[in-house]
Amino acid sequence: MIYGFIAFYVFMLAAFVGYEVISRVPSILHTPLMSGSNFIHGVVLVGAIIALGSAHGTLGRVIGFIAVALAMANVMGGWVTTERMLGMFKTSKEQGVK
Amino acid sequence: MSAVMWIIQAVYFVAAVLFIVGLKGMSSPRTARRGFMLAGVGMLMAVVATFFLPGVGGATNIILILIAMALGGVLSWVAGKRVPMTAMPQMVALYNGMGGGAAAAIAARALITGAEHGTSEIVLAVVGALIGAVSFSGSLIAFAKLQGWMSSWRFRAQNAVNAAVLAAMVLFAILSIVYGGAGWLLIFFLVALAFGVLVTVPVGGADMPVLIALYNAMTGLAVSFEGYVFGNPAMIIAGMIVGASGTLLTVLMARAMNRSLANVMFSRFGESNVGEEIEGELKPTNANDAAAMMAYASHVIIVPGYGMAVAQAQHKIWEFVKLLREHGVKVSFAIHPVAGRMPGHMNVLLAEAGVPYDIIHDLDEINDEFANADVALVIGANDVVNPAARTNKSSPIYGMPILNVDQAHNVIVCKRGKGRGFAGVENELFFRDNTRMLYGDAQDTAAALIQAAKSLLG
Repeated sequence: MIYGFIAFYVFMLAAFVGYEVISRVPSILHTPLMSGSNFIHGVVLVGAIIALGSAHGTLGRVIGFIAVALAMANVMGGWVTTERMLGMFKTSKEQGVK
Repeated sequence: MSAVMWIIQAVYFVAAVLFIVGLKGMSSPRTARRGFMLAGVGMLMAVVATFFLPGVGGATNIILILIAMALGGVLSWVAGKRVPMTAMPQMVALYNGMGGGAAAAIAARALITGAEHGTSEIVLAVVGALIGAVSFSGSLIAFAKLQGWMSSWRFRAQNAVNAAVLAAMVLFAILSIVYGGAGWLLIFFLVALAFGVLVTVPVGGADMPVLIALYNAMTGLAVSFEGYVFGNPAMIIAGMIVGASGTLLTVLMARAMNRSLANVMFSRFGESNVGEEIEGELKPTNANDAAAMMAYASHVIIVPGYGMAVAQAQHKIWEFVKLLREHGVKVSFAIHPVAGRMPGHMNVLLAEAGVPYDIIHDLDEINDEFANADVALVIGANDVVNPAARTNKSSPIYGMPILNVDQAHNVIVCKRGKGRGFAGVENELFFRDNTRMLYGDAQDTAAALIQAAKSLLG
């Protein structure tokens, strides 16, 4: 697990990686990119599962339940919409037109 | 480290790699889908591995997790399959809000039972909770507004009220950090949620994409900070990457509109009519003449705006374009960065209609070609083709990059009526000698163009 200053180095490096990778995405794909990155922050589901999975009292379980449901909606919604959009992008050749 | 723990950490590592590789695939439409698949595999791996973490368990908890996943998953799967492409911006806002809410909720869970956490964890948990909660309520309001469920709401001294709420939010955040406990935390969450609502409510529909991109970045950051609290590298990395990418998109979007982020959030753009009246008259044309002009052209550039999407005219326009292409006319689409309701939205709408992406070009690619184009056909776009952005320093859109439609030999503007654009400025392009106005609903006009082209070209 990552703690302390190592985590801050990871924050910093991930921010630069994100910036570099995304700045290469053409504007034609910006909408799928937005919903795709939306899908990726759905990884909050991992935290939500830990939160609910380690809950003891009722309050913890209620909050954890809300967290898992919301996070899963984020993951699934991001996945379905991005998949749908990316499936639409075709070249002239694939589209079968001159 | 036990063997199980080692494997789980390795899985998180691979998942982080897959997220990055997946996003990298998005640098071309050719590789985007495969890349996104990889990100999906990463997500699946990370989620499955989490069930095996020590501390996660208990039959009740596992059953609750599965029920919550089924509930959230099925609902948003159905919604995501059904949503029309024109409504994609609000859908992205909605899902983004869910992520922000989830991040805020896990922060609350960690803080309430947070005796085992150190200071840096508590501080980042509260900061993440703040960002997540604002993103949650803000995104939901953005969704409601784009969906047409609520209109902008402005009152006197709005900025002062927002500033006061912001100060209260920071104060309660600090109190929550210093004293801890559910009481402060509850007040803090309520204030943060209220702040998200207050900041979003006055922002106009056309500005919303900037805000959605910002909230996307904020949710990413919140997830990253909560990842630190949970000591989870997959969350830290994935969240931070989204934070960076959302920030970049926010900046790009604001720049394309020639506005600063502060201007989007705190000004009342478009309410004043700064544009002066323009001398000259609008010269109307009809579908037959317009179709003939394009059928005998060698290069036609089409500039679609959101007006085309609202009228659902993209399918008919593509049908018309196919007729032209069969006749040997070169047709390109020119997309302004802010066409549609979010960055790249117009590309998705055209792709849905079946337009291949190799004839769709962005502003930088195509702007020099207008001078060689015989006809530029503008459909439902206004401000993004207004030459005043280049010349008129007093115009609210001055300095905004525009498509050089005015340099084409002939310009046909398809428009519903004589109204002004979103910025409330008259468009001198419409008054030029080589411009013809084609009035009517975009869908009807496109149908008429198809008819005319068919009879012309046999």
